[in-house]
Amino acid sequence: MALATRTGRRPSTTRTLWDSTVGKKSVMAVSGLIMLGYLVVHMLGNLKIFFGADEFNGYAHWLRTLGSPFLHHEWALWIVRVVLLAAVVGHAVSAYQLSRRDIKARPVKYAHKRRRASYATRTMRWGGIILALFIVWHLLDLTTLTVNERAWAGHPYQNVLATFSTWYGNTIYIVAMAAVGLHVRHGFWSAAQTLGAGNARRDRALKFLANALALVLFTGFVSVPVAVMTGVVS
Amino acid sequence: MRLNLRVWRQQNPGAPGAMVTYEVDGISRDMSFLEMLDTLNEDLILRGEDPVAFDHDCREGICGACSLVINGDAHGPERTTTCQLHMRSFADGDTIDVEPWRAAAFPVVKDLVVDRGAFDRIIQAGGYITAPTGSAPEAHATAVPKADADSAFEHAECIGCGACVAACPNGSAMLFTSAKVNHLNVLPQGSPERETRVLDMVARMDDEGFGGCTLTGECATACPKGIPLPSIAAMNREWLRAVRKHGGN
Repeated sequence: MALATRTGRRPSTTRTLWDSTVGKKSVMAVSGLIMLGYLVVHMLGNLKIFFGADEFNGYAHWLRTLGSPFLHHEWALWIVRVVLLAAVVGHAVSAYQLSRRDIKARPVKYAHKRRRASYATRTMRWGGIILALFIVWHLLDLTTLTVNERAWAGHPYQNVLATFSTWYGNTIYIVAMAAVGLHVRHGFWSAAQTLGAGNARRDRALKFLANALALVLFTGFVSVPVAVMTGVVS
Repeated sequence: MRLNLRVWRQQNPGAPGAMVTYEVDGISRDMSFLEMLDTLNEDLILRGEDPVAFDHDCREGICGACSLVINGDAHGPERTTTCQLHMRSFADGDTIDVEPWRAAAFPVVKDLVVDRGAFDRIIQAGGYITAPTGSAPEAHATAVPKADADSAFEHAECIGCGACVAACPNGSAMLFTSAKVNHLNVLPQGSPERETRVLDMVARMDDEGFGGCTLTGECATACPKGIPLPSIAAMNREWLRAVRKHGGN
């Protein structure tokens, strides 16, 4: 009996991953989880604002000396930035390519329209675009201080207060944090499925964890502008 | 029952199509949806018009030939195949929209008939086991744990109708492919080709122009055979495992 024999080489692991919809989705999952991990740490760090200017500014300074004397000044920060940039680029490029493919795969729409999927699921693409735009503003506002009203280098506490003393600063921030919550709500559970961690037994736990992460991130981040607006932090 | 139907009519793959309105009368609540379409077609033939082309075969919900997106739902409002959908699911005087499966990988052949050959080619890529044929082996020769047998059977229930693709906003065939991959990959008979199967079938699925999975869950909701959504996660697990083991050679 003649069996079909595989001839020729298989493409490399990287090629296989990048060329497949399943592989590209796993790139999105891993980069998304890296960003999610960062967001949790970022949110926890933000809460230091409730303990006053000295503690918050001291924390910001510590971030720059992290890993010293092994690491040079700000190196740890730059390592994090490089990893995050790689994650953002990987996530966005995969999302763009997969979305284009998805749209092409349904060239004719149904005449009978019906609302499909949950709100969080339907808003993944637009939510992602909103978040990308927010990140640009956020960096210009509080990292480079280009658009910050106060722009006092080395004094993030005062700069944060300046941002959240403007109506647009609060609006942009709160809308973006709502987008983060929604994105994480579908994204975390989805990443678990993509990486093969999901199964019927674990499904409820994963959904609960996704909702909990989304809620904790939203509440934690939004507590800062709310505290500034209500005068709790001033 | 008297019904207003809005049916997708398209002469051939290249021709432009449109929703055309028909009125059908004398429909019994006990008729299946396909029998209702038969009634419409008899009417059209008597009037000298071209009958509506639609796929059907066994009419007992096991072959996967019938399709139709009815009021925006693949196989209509009940969780079953179109042939097992009865007119009692509708009310007298209803307007019902009937459309073909919509996906780039499922081109319309005529009216409501689409070419689902892409599914056959995914199966050809790995939906089989390589074994000598002949008389059936002794059933107890290969022991299969009960849980694995149940899982394989659950996935083997897929009839390949394509409702998952039709329901998916991305026209993705992940649920179909995962059902076929998992069915064989959990069994000892399928394990020698476990890695190549999932790699080849997923590659074929992508080549056919199906969209990617965004885990909206529409596929599992539409599936008349109840293939569960976690099947997709199980296939992703198999695929990543296969890439780790096979990648680069």
